[in-house]
Amino acid sequence: MRNDDEPSAAADVEEPSGAVYPPPGEAGPMRLMGWARRRLFNTPANIALTLLCLWFLWETVPPLLGWALFNAQWTGDPTTCREATGACWALVGEKHRLMLFGLYPYDEHWRPLIATLLLLGMLGVSSQRRFWHRGLALAWVAAVTVMAVLMWGGVLGLRPVDTTLWGGLPLTLLLALAGIAVAFPLSIVLALGRRSDLPVVRAVCVGYIELIRGVPLVSVLFMASVMFPLFMPEGVTVDKLLRAQIGIILFTAAYLAEAVRGGLQAIPRGQYEAADAMGLSYWQKTVLIVLPQALRIVIPPMVNQFISTFKDTSLVTIVGLFDLLTSVKASLADPEWRPFFIEAYVFAALIYWCFCFLMSRYSQRLEEDLMAGTRR
Amino acid sequence: MTEPIILFENVDKWFGSFHVLRDVSLTVRKGEKVVVCGPSGSGKSTMIRCVNRLEEHQAGRIVVNGVELSDDLKAIEAIRRDVGMVFQSFNLFPHLTVIENLTLAPLWVRRMPKREAAEIAMHYLERVRIPEQAHKFPGQLSGGQQQRVAIARALCMKPSIMLFDEPTSALDPEMVKEVLDVMTELAGEGMTMVCVTHEMGFARAVADTMVFMADGAVVETSPPAEFFSAPRNERTRQFLSQILAH
Repeated sequence: MRNDDEPSAAADVEEPSGAVYPPPGEAGPMRLMGWARRRLFNTPANIALTLLCLWFLWETVPPLLGWALFNAQWTGDPTTCREATGACWALVGEKHRLMLFGLYPYDEHWRPLIATLLLLGMLGVSSQRRFWHRGLALAWVAAVTVMAVLMWGGVLGLRPVDTTLWGGLPLTLLLALAGIAVAFPLSIVLALGRRSDLPVVRAVCVGYIELIRGVPLVSVLFMASVMFPLFMPEGVTVDKLLRAQIGIILFTAAYLAEAVRGGLQAIPRGQYEAADAMGLSYWQKTVLIVLPQALRIVIPPMVNQFISTFKDTSLVTIVGLFDLLTSVKASLADPEWRPFFIEAYVFAALIYWCFCFLMSRYSQRLEEDLMAGTRR
Repeated sequence: MTEPIILFENVDKWFGSFHVLRDVSLTVRKGEKVVVCGPSGSGKSTMIRCVNRLEEHQAGRIVVNGVELSDDLKAIEAIRRDVGMVFQSFNLFPHLTVIENLTLAPLWVRRMPKREAAEIAMHYLERVRIPEQAHKFPGQLSGGQQQRVAIARALCMKPSIMLFDEPTSALDPEMVKEVLDVMTELAGEGMTMVCVTHEMGFARAVADTMVFMADGAVVETSPPAEFFSAPRNERTRQFLSQILAH
């Protein structure tokens, strides 16, 4: 069979003039058929695998779509939901405010809503490189101030809202973004310290990183929440949310530091020598030459850690904070709606997935932009 | 050709237990062109890298521009500002454009105004004949172009001494000439130069003094005419016969 094919294929390729062109491809549906025959149905084992996969998809996809979309109950109450065969999205319609904002006073939900939208808007603007200048930093200062005023209240006639009542998506975003924003510079310092020539600095950084990496985040949060107050003098209290936030920062920084160190080690010695030979100081060399190159290299592992941190914020539930996942769970406290917990968790999962996917896609684009033209 | 600008006095250096520089003494005078050659592993690169303290020596004295090299970081930084260096592997900064590579040190080390730094950078890019590449990244240039950028980058600091550490060894053969031409031109302008190189044609044309090193020691120091026609040392003769054979 193959022997029959080859001469004719060669005859197609060779033009009389001697010029060589790539063999012409098949067109339209024939091309798809050919592709399927070559890739999916070429050996008995592959045929079996293909059929197995098709059967699996046939068994899973239509029922899933039926449950999630076609037979789903979009409005109504628990009674109508129980009669329906599909998902009960009416739950989300009914409870979305509790899911999204947790224990925040119901009448004041517009405040975390505006704060969240403002935050997302700022993130959207900041993702565009053309806005990367001094004005953006000022905009962030202003935005953070507005968000803080909205969330805390107590000024401008806004009702004060204690941080223990903060919850839902705004809390998750706060813990994740503030965690990343503070942990990132801290991790750079730790990574540089780990490679320092000064033995004391190096020992402190290595000790810190190894200590934090050696324990689970849950225990760091527990320490911050339960142990830490025991060591504080009488009467001094540190906000519970702040303690959890610090725990997340310390934990994330240790992991990020190792990612950054990987980037530092990838910079060839010649780069350091060229910078030294010009008379640049240690900090000039680090900030102007080493870090810009090192951080580019470690975008993938860093974003990996960012995504991980974003999802790990759900662990603050163990110290009694109402992050997004805990708030979603809380919305099921109503016994009427409790049977529809799957819908609630799917809703939470979708929100987490959207943010993580956006981070991932954005980092890919950033990587391409920054690498353009700079390859060695 | 008057006062010494680089002075090595009985310099010794070890890498671990390996004795890389053995009792090296050398004088380079202002405006002098010194070409250092020798078999690989003879310590030539280590020696030249001691001048701006990319390597530390362990015994003896090195004086550059009247300042003795020690652990005094400020003194070393002052010397490095005044000593340009060109490396075998170019070592351009790949994340910066050519013009940014050139203006970096003048801006941050010399604290020069932006306009002035850019003007100087363009001046030297023209000198090395690639002004049109100013806004490209190093990775987009050929090896010869990259090395010429590296030379221009060093010159932007207005150094009084230029060190070349095998500047053409990493280049494809057809690009060696464009780099040597730039170096020859620079030599013609009275720059003090120390070059580690195997380009004997360049050495013959440019050098005031030839230095031959072997096993970490300076074996022979003589003017090129004498060095090439009547080398005194057996090792030098051997080396020259090998390198000039083809």
